Amino acid sequence: MAAVQPEEHIPGEVGVWVFILGDMVVFALLFGVFVFYRAADVSLFASAQLSLNQSLGALNTLLLLTSSWFVVHGVEAVRAHRAQLARGLLAAAFGCGLGFMVVKYFEYGEKLRAGHTITSNDFFMYYYLLTGIHLLHVTIGMGVLAYLWRRLHNTADMQGQLSAVESGASFWHMVDILWILLFALVYLMR
Amino acid sequence: MRQLLFHRATAVWLLLVGATGLSWEFGHGLGFGSDFRLATVAVIVIAFIKLRAVYVEFMELRHAPAALRWCFEGWSLIVGASLLMLYWSGS
Repeated sequence: MAAVQPEEHIPGEVGVWVFILGDMVVFALLFGVFVFYRAADVSLFASAQLSLNQSLGALNTLLLLTSSWFVVHGVEAVRAHRAQLARGLLAAAFGCGLGFMVVKYFEYGEKLRAGHTITSNDFFMYYYLLTGIHLLHVTIGMGVLAYLWRRLHNTADMQGQLSAVESGASFWHMVDILWILLFALVYLMR
Repeated sequence: MRQLLFHRATAVWLLLVGATGLSWEFGHGLGFGSDFRLATVAVIVIAFIKLRAVYVEFMELRHAPAALRWCFEGWSLIVGASLLMLYWSGS
């Protein structure tokens, strides 16, 4: 039995939402700067973008979307006081995050072997900067998932765990949101 | 297992995967006539529809107080419009 939801509900801690919104504003500025400088030198950005592997970018999008699906169900499992199921779902989300990192490892390797480094040109500077800051968020998010997984070992007070789980889940979904936009702007924009 | 699969989140996930495939196509030649810029506009619009689905459905802002939800809607509108204008100014 899932707990009855009140009409209006803020998932997790309010402070986490302040942090999430702040982070989203910072990323919005970075995305704006990227598209602004792209507009100033479209031919350079468009030709450099041709060396990106869009299939790997799409694969990473699917991995994060799937991880978000696991996290949604993880939160529901905590609400239903099903600790083992919740832990399994959070572990699956963590696995998707790990998959994202492995894909990024191969992607960066491919770029570096082709001689595209952060100093190659403006496009690659932004490519490494934006994907690097995002990857840092993925890493932090995976740390949070691991922490929640560990916390759910204590099954005595599931209701007490809910706020922490909701906070962590919201952060993880934000990582997904930022990647959706990053993939569109850096990989697909023509 | 059935409970997990036959769930609103699964329908949203399918929509998101489908939208990803569509935007991938727009990034690879699918477009509206000869103007490839319209394909990029479609890519950006689809990205915002996708991320909106994530915050409304997965982040549960559907059930959140209006003020919090409007912070996200405002972010989407301002960032989306700004990015489209910046993109168009350079092409």
